[in-house]
Amino acid sequence: MKFKSATIIAILTLFLLGCSGGPNEVESFDSTPAAPESTEPAPTADDPMSNRGVGPIKSLALEAIDEKLAKSGEDFFRTKCAACHRMDKRRVGPSLGGITERRTPEWIMNMIMNPTEMLEKDPIAKELLAEYATQMADQNVDESEARAILEFLRTQSAP
Amino acid sequence: MKKYHLKISTLPVLLATALLAVVLGGCQKGSDPSATQGALTKNAAERTYVAPGEYDEYYAFFSGGFSGQLSVYGLPSGRLFKVIPVFSQDGEKGYGYNEETKPMLETSYGFVPWGDAHHPDISQTKGELDGRWLFINENNTPRIARVDLTTFETAEIIEIPNSAGNHSSAFVTENTEYVVAGTRFSVPIPQQDISIDEYKGKFKGSLSFLSVDPEHGHMDLKFQIRMPGFDYDLAHPGRGASHGWFFFTTYNTEEASTLLEVNASQKDKDYIAAINWKKAEEYLKAGKGKKEKARYAHNIYSDETHTATTHWKDEVTVLEASELPGMVYFIPIPKSPHGCDVTPDGEYIIGSGKLASSVTAHSFTKMLKAIEEKKFDGEAYGIPVLQYDAVLAGSVEQGGLGPLHTEFDGQGNAYTTFFISSEVVKWKIGTWEVLDRQPVYYSVGHLMIPGGNSAKPFGKYLVALNKITKDRYLPTGPELCHSAQLFDISGEKMELLLDFPTIGEPHYAAAVPAEMLMEKSLKIFKLEDNKHPYVTKSEAESKVVRNGNEVHVYMTMIRSHFGPDNIEGIEVGDKVYFHVTNLEQDFDVPHGFAMMGANNAEILVMPGQTETLVWEPEQVGVWPFYCPDFCSALHQEMQGYVRVSPKGSKTPLKFTLDGEAMDAL
Repeated sequence: MKFKSATIIAILTLFLLGCSGGPNEVESFDSTPAAPESTEPAPTADDPMSNRGVGPIKSLALEAIDEKLAKSGEDFFRTKCAACHRMDKRRVGPSLGGITERRTPEWIMNMIMNPTEMLEKDPIAKELLAEYATQMADQNVDESEARAILEFLRTQSAP
Repeated sequence: MKKYHLKISTLPVLLATALLAVVLGGCQKGSDPSATQGALTKNAAERTYVAPGEYDEYYAFFSGGFSGQLSVYGLPSGRLFKVIPVFSQDGEKGYGYNEETKPMLETSYGFVPWGDAHHPDISQTKGELDGRWLFINENNTPRIARVDLTTFETAEIIEIPNSAGNHSSAFVTENTEYVVAGTRFSVPIPQQDISIDEYKGKFKGSLSFLSVDPEHGHMDLKFQIRMPGFDYDLAHPGRGASHGWFFFTTYNTEEASTLLEVNASQKDKDYIAAINWKKAEEYLKAGKGKKEKARYAHNIYSDETHTATTHWKDEVTVLEASELPGMVYFIPIPKSPHGCDVTPDGEYIIGSGKLASSVTAHSFTKMLKAIEEKKFDGEAYGIPVLQYDAVLAGSVEQGGLGPLHTEFDGQGNAYTTFFISSEVVKWKIGTWEVLDRQPVYYSVGHLMIPGGNSAKPFGKYLVALNKITKDRYLPTGPELCHSAQLFDISGEKMELLLDFPTIGEPHYAAAVPAEMLMEKSLKIFKLEDNKHPYVTKSEAESKVVRNGNEVHVYMTMIRSHFGPDNIEGIEVGDKVYFHVTNLEQDFDVPHGFAMMGANNAEILVMPGQTETLVWEPEQVGVWPFYCPDFCSALHQEMQGYVRVSPKGSKTPLKFTLDGEAMDAL
């Protein structure tokens, strides 16, 4: 009987589609409009140090390490990142010691600030998700906090 | 159509026929919809269909009645989004079980784990819905709750002293100056050991006015009006010209105390009590209020500490209706009225005598004139009774049987439910003529039009709240669901669009346009703003602290592990407090915490929030805990162990994650 009902409904659905005038006009209150398509060339996984990732940080010039900034970055790291990341070993997420030698500063900040979109669109982030299975948490980190965390990461070398 | 008697095998055929009819009808776009008048309009499915990923037009809040809760639905789809625990414990969310929300259910009778939630009403500014808070009353142990419409959580519950059966509640005035609470049962005040035979004269009623702080929404029992020992049933505020007045229906003006079914229906008429609350404020200011002792609880939840606190109150200010002239008048109304509804312009007070067949409209203008001209028909306990004809504006004749409740569409029309004849009747304000009537399935109580109890109704949909469903749904044993029926009221005739089951027994509902709430709906609690005394803001701060036999576990959770997840050094007889903080700062990532053998519930912790579950282990062993709310691909791995040693063991206190101390980085 289940099968019969399903068949009937399927036929009826076809019927409905056949005579509908177009898409249903249901008012939408969509509060999260899709981000405008980027015009930049799609990044590839082949050369991480040329991949800036997807997100608000388009270009960042680094200067000498600002110790004070790095210290505040460590505090943010402790509350927002340390539950999953260590410098010397893989934990919930990858080990982060020496990360600034393996990724561009833009990519790192975009991954911190915009992980959900990164995991959908960035080839390296997608590979990491496949490997680690746990989605990187969006910890609502703003740009100044992310910049400070980056500065802290610059002080952390590979084990 | 008696579905029960159909052979199952005929169902698919019938379904197909019905659907085919709908489909075929839907194709003929030019045809006249009124040509085939039936209960169900031809394109009803299209008009209630909200495509996957799309949003509803309205938020609708349905009281849960004897469930004690409040459910949130979307209209027109009838989809259920959330059940907000208010007056009853809820194991699903840990409400009333965790340490933070236990104080919400504190009363002068002790901890009361269940309530009977009746009438939700949304806060108003200038008579229009402002979508800030929702107030709802508890009938059994008289209380009013305030629900915050940014968190969709219960933010405050205040107990109403000198009251019993808080039924004519929780309706707000035009600018939410007050939310009211009228007693259904009159009782001895103060309570005392007297014979029930002494009801007449000794039992009194209370109409309570609670002020609402315009900034925080906090309620405060400003004054109580001491009334004769009637039953006070429902209430609605004046608005516009009648702002400053509140109208309560009464029944049992016979003052019977037994077999009310018969004895409270002796008189032809009961009363609407018209309360001039501005006058009451004047008396209050002039010092006419009597301070009386009364102990009651006022429970406030803080979004900063994520914790509720009970504040004890010990006094109430009482204004005697019989001693203070000009404050209360009685308007006679046909037998045992239920609903007492005020038109959007504030001119007519609609009374529904539930044992009568007619609905009566009473004019506010005529009422003021009758008061001025002293057109009284005697008095009751010193309160003037206005002449019925001097106030009557008109009545809707032969509306149906058992009128209960009326709301308005803002287009000059009123809609009244008739319980006995199971129908909704549309009639015209001013001419009182019946314009349309539609059957409902079955025994409708209240109805709701979004904003229908305000100066600005959104007259597109009407929801009938039905008590009986009998053969409307697949049967589920002796207990069946109650239901809602959605009508489109934008045309001349009401059109039934949709049936959907409801939770508990909705006595009333309130709805607002979605855009009024959705943008300000809170997404997360900011971790940095968390002021819970046992918050843990990073894994490095996690710890376990012993204080005698009390052990406090400062624990964190994030996708998808607890910190710490291995704890040793707990002993039988300990009282273990798990203070669990969700470190997530992303939308829609709650985590749960469930402890094997705990005698309470789970806790469900929102991002940035801290909640506490108490566990008193009685058995030696190693006991697991885990996250019961699916949180990631590795959710099933989100678990941990607590080692419980015999009392007096020397097992050292130890707490680790991945074998490391918690402050490792």
